Amino acid sequence: MGQSLFEKVWDAHAVRELSNGQTQLLIGTHLIHEVTSPQAFGMLRDKGLPVKYPHRTFATVDHIVPTNETAEPYSDALAQGMIEELRKNCLENNVKFFDTNTGKQGIVHIVGPEQGITQPGTTIACGDSHTSTHGAFGAIAFGIGTSQVRDVLATQTIALNELKVRRINVDGELPPGVYAKDVILHIIRQLGTQGGTGFAYEYAGSTFENFTMEERMTVCNMSIEGGARAGYVNPDETTFEYLKGRPYSPQGAAWDAAVENWKSFASDPDCKYDDIVNIDAADIEPTVTWGITPGQGVGINENIPAVADGKTQSERDSIDEALEHMKFEGGSAIKGKKIDVAFLGSCTNGRLSDLKEVAKYIEGRKVAEGVKAIVVPGSQVVSQIAKELGLDKIYQDAGFEWRAAGCSMCLAMNPDKLIGDQLCASSSNRNFKGRQGSPTGRTMLMSPLMVAAAAVTGEVSDAREVFGVSATVSA
Amino acid sequence: MASDPINQVTGKGVYVPGDDIDTDRIIPARFMKCITFDGLGEYLFYDVRKTEEGEDKKHNLNDPRFSEASIIVSGNNFGCGSSREHAPQSIMRAGYNAVVAGSFAEIFYGNSTNLGVVCVTATDVDREVLAKAIEMNPELDITINVKDHKIWFGDQYITCDMRPGARDSLLKGTFDPLDELHASADSVTETASKLTYMGV
Repeated sequence: MGQSLFEKVWDAHAVRELSNGQTQLLIGTHLIHEVTSPQAFGMLRDKGLPVKYPHRTFATVDHIVPTNETAEPYSDALAQGMIEELRKNCLENNVKFFDTNTGKQGIVHIVGPEQGITQPGTTIACGDSHTSTHGAFGAIAFGIGTSQVRDVLATQTIALNELKVRRINVDGELPPGVYAKDVILHIIRQLGTQGGTGFAYEYAGSTFENFTMEERMTVCNMSIEGGARAGYVNPDETTFEYLKGRPYSPQGAAWDAAVENWKSFASDPDCKYDDIVNIDAADIEPTVTWGITPGQGVGINENIPAVADGKTQSERDSIDEALEHMKFEGGSAIKGKKIDVAFLGSCTNGRLSDLKEVAKYIEGRKVAEGVKAIVVPGSQVVSQIAKELGLDKIYQDAGFEWRAAGCSMCLAMNPDKLIGDQLCASSSNRNFKGRQGSPTGRTMLMSPLMVAAAAVTGEVSDAREVFGVSATVSA
Repeated sequence: MASDPINQVTGKGVYVPGDDIDTDRIIPARFMKCITFDGLGEYLFYDVRKTEEGEDKKHNLNDPRFSEASIIVSGNNFGCGSSREHAPQSIMRAGYNAVVAGSFAEIFYGNSTNLGVVCVTATDVDREVLAKAIEMNPELDITINVKDHKIWFGDQYITCDMRPGARDSLLKGTFDPLDELHASADSVTETASKLTYMGV
C-alpha cells in the first residue's frame, strides 16, 4: 500500500508521540510576521529560552504596513511600534528579516515562494491561517497560534493531531473567464466552510496538473476557508521549474539531488484516501459570494438564495443573518449589485500573474465614476516586475490607485479600510462581517478579473461579457 | 511548566447565538495592533456588542443578567477564520474559561486548549436546552465535567464531547505543550539531521 504526500511528509517530520496522543512534529520552515510573533518572542524572553534554529525562521512585515505611505515613522504609532518590535526581535535572535528596505518585503505567503524558501516535502508553519498557500509546492503547511509560534521558535516543533486526507479531483479545462479563484470558491460552496475539519485537502486532477504555481497557490490559500487546516498539490515539473534559480533554492549538484528527493514525496498511485471528491471543471462558473462566509457563493448568473431556500433552521438563520448584513434581497440577482470599492490584491490574488491577467483587459478601460479602485501588489518583487512591464501605468490610466506591497484591505489592520456600509468587490479571501475594517462594511469575494469588471461597470458583472473574454483572448 | 489539571469548569453561562462565529467577530483585526495580549479582553466581540458610535447594542453580552458568566454557549463552526490566538486570549482575558459549541474550527480549538480554555461540543438540540435554561435562570451554575463528558446544570445534564488529545492534556495539566516539546530536544535534532533542507 502506497502513501499519500501528507503521510510521507508527516512521517519524515514526526519526532515522537506525546503523552496526550498528539504527534510532536518537526517544523522545517517557520515564517513570521509582525502581528502574531511579538508575544511569542516575549514568552521566550520571559523563560530565558533561545531560538533553536534561527536559520529556519524567516520574517517579513505585511499586515500593518500602510500601502499609501512608505516613509517612517508611519502616521500610526502602533503600526510603527510593531514593525520596530519585529526588527528588534529578528536582530536579537539572528532571524532573517525581509524588511521594507530590502526590495523583498511583502505578504508572507507571497515572499516565501518567491524567494524559494517554500519547498516540496517540507513542513511549514506561520502564525497565519493562510499558510496553507505553501501547500501548492507539495509542502504540508499549517497556520498556527502565537503559543505555537513560541513552540516553534524554542523547539522547532509543535504538537498536532494527524489529519485525514481528502483528495479533490478537478478534471478538464476551465471555461474562458473562469479562474483558480472560482475553483476554490466552488469547492467551498460544495463542501461547506467546515467540510474540511480534520482533513488536509489534496488537490489533483488534470485542471491542477495544468495550473501554474500561482494558480495552485490561489487554491491552496483558501483551504482554511473550507475548514481544512492544510491543502496541497503534488510536486511536479511545474513546481521544479518555478523553484529553479530562486535565491533560497538549492543550487548546482544539490539541485538535482533535491529534485529527486522532492519527487519521492508525491502521493503514490495506490495510496488510500479517507475521502475522494470529483468535480468537473466545465461546471465551474465565475463565482461571487453574496453573504458573510466564503461558502456563501453563487455563479454570476444565479440568484442569491432566499431564507426559505435553507434546508435546516440553522441554514435559514444563517441566510437571514447574511442577507441582513449585506442588505440584499433574498432571491435577487447577484449581477447588478452596485459596488463602492474594488480591491485587487491579497495573499490569494496579489501575484504577478493576477496583475498581468487583469491588465490585459483593463487597458483602455476606465473605473466607473464613484468607485474607489485600488491594486496592491503582494510583494515588492511583484511590484518591481509589474512596473518593468508597465502594468502600474495601465492600472493608473484606468483609474486604479497603484499601492505599495502589503495585506492592505484584506483585513484592514492598516489605513486601507471600508467606510460605513460600503460594498467591496474583493479578490481577497474572507467576507466576514467587519473583515475589511468597517463593522457594517460588505465584502463580495471573486476572481481578480471579476473585480475589474465590477470596477469598470460599477456593479457586479460577468467579466466574460464586460471584457469579451473568449477562448482565443484568454489563451 | 505543567499546569494544574482541569477536571471540570463551573460557572454561569451566556448564550451567543449564531453559526460560523469567526475570529474577526471574536476580536476584530483593528484591535490586534499590539505587541502583548494584555487588555484584549476589553475588545472581545466588540462589534457584536457595540454600534459604530460605540453605544451598547441589545445583546446577551451586554445584558447585566449575564455579566457574571464565564461559559459561552454558541453555534456551529465556532472560531472559524484566522489563526489569531488573540481570539481565545480575548475570551480568556474577558473572564470566560469555556465554550460550548456545535463544532469548532480546528486552529481555534488548538489555540484555546493550549491556554486551558475548555472547548466542548454538544448537539443542536442539547445546546438549545442549555441556552433556554440559562435564559430562564441566568444564576444557574453550569458544570462541564471534562472526565465524564457531561454538562450539568440544575438537576439535568447534557452530554458533550471533546477531542481525545485535548481531554487528556486538560486532565493531566499538560495542555501547554512547551515543556514536553522541549524535553526531547535530542530527538528533534536527530529528526532534523535526516532532512537535508534543515541544514543542521
